[in-house]
Amino acid sequence: MHLTDGEKAILNGERGEAARLALSILVDLGELYGADTLLPVSQVHIDATLYMVDAGLEFAERMASLGAKTRVPTSLNPSAIDLIRWKELRVPPEELIKHQRLANAYLEMQATPTWTCAPYQQGIIPRFGEQIAWGESNAIAFANSVIGARTNRYADLMDICAAIIGKVPKFGLHLRHNRRARLLIELRGFTDSMLEDHALYPLLGYVVGETASDQIAAVLGIPPTVTFDDLKGFFAGAASSGAVALCHLVGVTPEAQDLDMCFQGVRPERTLEITPGMVARCEEALCSARGESVDWITVGCPHYSPAEFARLLGLLRGRKVHQSVAFWAFTSRTVYAWIKANGLLDLLTDAGISVFTDGCPLQYPCKSWNFSAVMTDSAKFANYCYSQTALPVAFGSLDECVESAVSGKIQRRKPPWKRN
Amino acid sequence: MEKKLKAHCVVSGIGRGRVMASAHPISFWGGVDPGTGRIIDPHHDLFGQSVSGKILAFPFGKGSSTGSLIMLELARINKAPAAIVNVRTEPILATGPIVSKHFYGKQIPIVTIDEASFDLMETGKLALVNATEGYIILED
Repeated sequence: MHLTDGEKAILNGERGEAARLALSILVDLGELYGADTLLPVSQVHIDATLYMVDAGLEFAERMASLGAKTRVPTSLNPSAIDLIRWKELRVPPEELIKHQRLANAYLEMQATPTWTCAPYQQGIIPRFGEQIAWGESNAIAFANSVIGARTNRYADLMDICAAIIGKVPKFGLHLRHNRRARLLIELRGFTDSMLEDHALYPLLGYVVGETASDQIAAVLGIPPTVTFDDLKGFFAGAASSGAVALCHLVGVTPEAQDLDMCFQGVRPERTLEITPGMVARCEEALCSARGESVDWITVGCPHYSPAEFARLLGLLRGRKVHQSVAFWAFTSRTVYAWIKANGLLDLLTDAGISVFTDGCPLQYPCKSWNFSAVMTDSAKFANYCYSQTALPVAFGSLDECVESAVSGKIQRRKPPWKRN
Repeated sequence: MEKKLKAHCVVSGIGRGRVMASAHPISFWGGVDPGTGRIIDPHHDLFGQSVSGKILAFPFGKGSSTGSLIMLELARINKAPAAIVNVRTEPILATGPIVSKHFYGKQIPIVTIDEASFDLMETGKLALVNATEGYIILED
């Protein structure tokens, strides 16, 4: 790589050991992917915020103790737990300390404590064309595909290095010509009522992720009226079933208003179809809970928005969650403050819903709860649930989650994509 | 009979062990237990098997950007694969071994090979992966 004198000085340790280590790692990545130079980024989203293993804690604490500070505005992904209401979440006090130590390491580095996996809904939000370095698979796919900002899939630890240096190797999706779609995916047989159903999008995203795998696809047939939250569910699903960093939704993605823009004048290498039947099969595959029993309902993967909380409350229609069921919703501290201020939080709490901030439902302290089956409106959660929590899971629309919560039994409707 | 395959170095180093191969992508986060190295994704064909000390061959990585952390932890507790063989290596997969090299001084070599060579990576074969010099030797 061609490095500037300033960058060479960092590698010689002139800005300290943390910067030397961070830049050495970034340069290795750049060499690997044939980058000529480093590229300044305007902001970073750090994914490595969730205490899971000691290696991550050792890395962050070492960087913080070496005096590392973030050089560009830097937001933070969730902690594993609710750092405020950890008692209500029944986090064992002896486990709390490592979550707090990891959080403190990032605060010492002067990152902004957003603690959210939906950093595109509030906080340090990029604009179209902006060069950024984001971690968190759902956020990466969202930033590239919905906002049109430019980031590669930065892994945990690489994100910290990018924040400390404020630069990344210039390769991959930072360059326009690498953002060209290769596959064309056509939605076939989807009716208006299917496309208006919020539950379609996490599943459709999941199928697109499986279909596209690690290739850039252009998807034809998503209505331009699709909601922000539906896109959130779509890309969370897509980035959990495949290595999706960018997926052009024709007419939705800013740089993909038509097929010519998606393919930059080149013909698609392959054209594939997605049908309602494929979505129905995907829904089946995301349901490992076979019986009627359910004692945990969790939503907010990714973190819920004010609009999603309002919809949840509307579906409850004044009813309360059954006493045998724990109903949790995860969100950011910012959204929590908003729904507290406008009274939604009190109404949700009265209905028996626990709203947690900062944390991740996949990392809940399972030994403290002994749940037997869980239902969720998130394809991402349903996908990772069994391997992370060993619990049988049922994917359901938010309507189904609410009906199941109220009755204490899994309630399934026949979704429109199953009616043929 | 011994067979030598040409390979492209992604992360340098040398590893030797039994091949554990899958035609399916792997997500290290949610897919591999960081305490044991066992594959815990019930949808994966290698479910239940440990990646530790193996020549782990799979086409490419997928899923969460936390995968690198799991790989770094496997390196920390000495349960990492002996080497990784891919058709394509995406940055998330490469990050764990890169950081491991700089932070712990421990190597997890990665190479890429073409699809025809990848098909020769059969589970159970003994293999030497020399990423630094760019080849794989299938020893039996």
